[in-house]
Amino acid sequence: MINRRDFLKNTAKGIAGIALPLAAFEIFNPGKLFADKSDSSKVRYVFLIDTYKCVGCGMCVKACKHENEIPYDANVTRTWVERYVMTKEGETFADTPKGARDGFTTSRIDLGGGKFQDIRQKDIEKAFFVPKLCNQCENPPCVQVCPVGATYQAPDGVVMVDRTWCIGCGYCIMGCPYGVRFFHPVYHTAEKCNFCYHRITKGLKTACVQACPFGARQLGNIKDPADPVTKIIMTERVGILKEEYGTKPQAFYLGLDREVK
Amino acid sequence: MQELIYEVQPMKSHVFRPLWVVIGLVALVLIARFFYVPKSFGVHERGYMYGWYRAANVDDWNKVTVKYQGTDYCKDCHSDKYESIMTTPHAIIPCEDCHGPAIGHPSDPPKLPIDKSRGLCLRCHSRLDYPTSGRSKIRGIDPDKHNPDIECVMCHNPHKPSLEGLK
Amino acid sequence: MVHGELWTVKELFVYPNEYIYWSVQIVMYPFMTGLVAGAFVLSSLYHVFGIKQLREMARFALVFSFALLFVAPMPIVLHLQYPFRGVNIFMTPHFTSAIAAFGIVFSAYGAIVASELWFLYRKHFVEVALPLKEKQDKSLLEWLKFIVFCSLTLGVYDVSEETLKRDEKAIRVLAAIGIPVACFLHGYAGFIFGSVKANALWMTPLMPVIFIMSAIVSGIALCMLTYIITMELRKWLWSRKKSSYRYMESKQELAGVEVNVIRITAKYLLMFLVLAITLELLDLIFRGYTAVKSWDVIRSVIYGRDFTDIFVLQYAIGNLIPLIIFLLPGLTIRRAVIGVCFVIFGVFMMRWNVVIGGQAFSLTFAGYMHYHLPIVPQDWETFKEGLAGALSIALMPFPLFWVMSKIFPVFDAKESH
Repeated sequence: MINRRDFLKNTAKGIAGIALPLAAFEIFNPGKLFADKSDSSKVRYVFLIDTYKCVGCGMCVKACKHENEIPYDANVTRTWVERYVMTKEGETFADTPKGARDGFTTSRIDLGGGKFQDIRQKDIEKAFFVPKLCNQCENPPCVQVCPVGATYQAPDGVVMVDRTWCIGCGYCIMGCPYGVRFFHPVYHTAEKCNFCYHRITKGLKTACVQACPFGARQLGNIKDPADPVTKIIMTERVGILKEEYGTKPQAFYLGLDREVK
Repeated sequence: MQELIYEVQPMKSHVFRPLWVVIGLVALVLIARFFYVPKSFGVHERGYMYGWYRAANVDDWNKVTVKYQGTDYCKDCHSDKYESIMTTPHAIIPCEDCHGPAIGHPSDPPKLPIDKSRGLCLRCHSRLDYPTSGRSKIRGIDPDKHNPDIECVMCHNPHKPSLEGLK
Repeated sequence: MVHGELWTVKELFVYPNEYIYWSVQIVMYPFMTGLVAGAFVLSSLYHVFGIKQLREMARFALVFSFALLFVAPMPIVLHLQYPFRGVNIFMTPHFTSAIAAFGIVFSAYGAIVASELWFLYRKHFVEVALPLKEKQDKSLLEWLKFIVFCSLTLGVYDVSEETLKRDEKAIRVLAAIGIPVACFLHGYAGFIFGSVKANALWMTPLMPVIFIMSAIVSGIALCMLTYIITMELRKWLWSRKKSSYRYMESKQELAGVEVNVIRITAKYLLMFLVLAITLELLDLIFRGYTAVKSWDVIRSVIYGRDFTDIFVLQYAIGNLIPLIIFLLPGLTIRRAVIGVCFVIFGVFMMRWNVVIGGQAFSLTFAGYMHYHLPIVPQDWETFKEGLAGALSIALMPFPLFWVMSKIFPVFDAKESH
């Protein structure tokens, strides 16, 4: 015959044991784990950059800073433009002064540390500008390495950061092969281009696409076959950055040169 | 030392005592979790690897103010400048590129900046003859040699920049 | 200034957002967890493999490992932009990330060490708690002592022969389980780096193994060093005081450090040191041989800019000289001290060369970043991510260890099994 003390003890243990699963098992919901990968979403945002059209004016960088409230003087930016100059002797010079926030107003290459490289016009074999931004990868390594689920990919492909949840460890910044992430100087959380999500979900274009006078930047929906951007990506010769990392980037480049880093 | 008289524990093994403590602590953490983690946090469309997040955050981002309104927003009130610039190569430049975002103009801000600095024009018009780049198609000057200490707008009208119309 | 800008100097072509984000605290973190794991493995060499000569060292190492365990998360706490949100790792862990393993592994390891310590010192807790229980008027200090030791008994007051034997078995089991957990504790830190495909220097499957090997090396070395210092300190203190209340201590115990204990521990240190060196050289040779895309810039960093840090500080001083010291016959205490100091320094330099070295070159492979460790703190940021912060972390285990030795005494032979 069980005594009163043991009965009460065991009942208490039992109730505690039952109460536990209710609180605990929301970490994994097996049903959601095997989420429908075939993806019924009708939108998948992609980006198209034409490096023949880009003139390096930097209006996109300026517009992005204002639209997304990145302090203008801070040396970080959600998007930037790089300049590549190849000489007849086979040398390649590249720079991105303040991310091209103020454009490229001199032919001298910024080597950092106050040093500049003068290149004579007649020595230039080819030179061009390459805008860069978050590639909103299909396999984003930055999302994979976030320890707390503060950065994530929305169903339409845009990768975003939850400023209320980010702990500021910087693992996602180290995990991005393209160097698009940084710490926001005011919010101190991880930050990156999110295709101006607040604009595109209202049917607007991203700030950089709208700001570019030359049409070097375009936003598209790869799931819409009638989208002009989709047509170019499907029918013309486009390149992607750092394919060897397996990230499946969704920013496509026309005129991507082998020297682009 | 005097002999200590103590209660003999019934013959249950004491070895698991620390384990109960650990389980108790884990239970506390799980209960805390229930209150601390926001309800919309979970596995969403992209699966656990890419879709583990607080779904309400998407709305947070959607609530960000739109700042750039686009040239169509300006053209009705500023039709003179608009029509002037539209007949020139500067037609491709959105008004807000040079004047900054409209946001809620004219209520807020009541005035948009008019940037007369050389730097603004030199973004495109510092001559860089780069083969294979669209930059080489833009007419430009050497900023160190062409009137380096006066503003471009002293002679050139940005809304009607033809060289024939020089002041 | 954005985070990282203050101590980063960029050279040639570097992306605009690139700075040295993972600075000295991220060097300290694997260093500290390595010491934790190493100290535990040393302690387990006695409890699991029964290497009798390591008995003294084993108790010492276990308590030290526990003290280090509380210091180990501190570098992370100082590094995080939102330290209080660090609890999110336990609340919404994303296990696809190596850092999320931190929550589970750390807690598991903490539970194992705490449990093992409980079994080891249970008799001592009972022997302190019971007389205090009987005592009628306790001073405040005695009340506190009573509460602490009473709760530490976890309500178990049986210290008969049989239960003590069960304790010994439990210790053996925990020490055995603890070894893989300790390896995991530090291996996952290596995985944090080794799995980052974006960083050409970090990405190698060898990284977790290299980290574990050098962790064990550093743990053993630190335990040896602290043991030597503590024993010599005790001997010196005893020889200064009158022996009136020290009548229980036999003369032999106060002879200071036993050379045999040091020699046998050094043997194990040597073994793991050789393993660690082999793996690191293997990594280097493979990189040079396969010469993938990143090799040009990595070579310029390893053989150029960081040559002194890698080959002089880490390999020569940190590995080669200790190797010679421990291989030569007739190891003396003095030589052992020099050897372990160099080893600890070498392990620190290895963490430095991995963390800082991995950020010494740009993602463009066409530019460099130079790290200027903030020496004099000017504000909170330069304190926590500078030399001052690193030194605070490095010194923290010692006062903690002293506090713990009041609860888990490491020198009274009677209290242990």
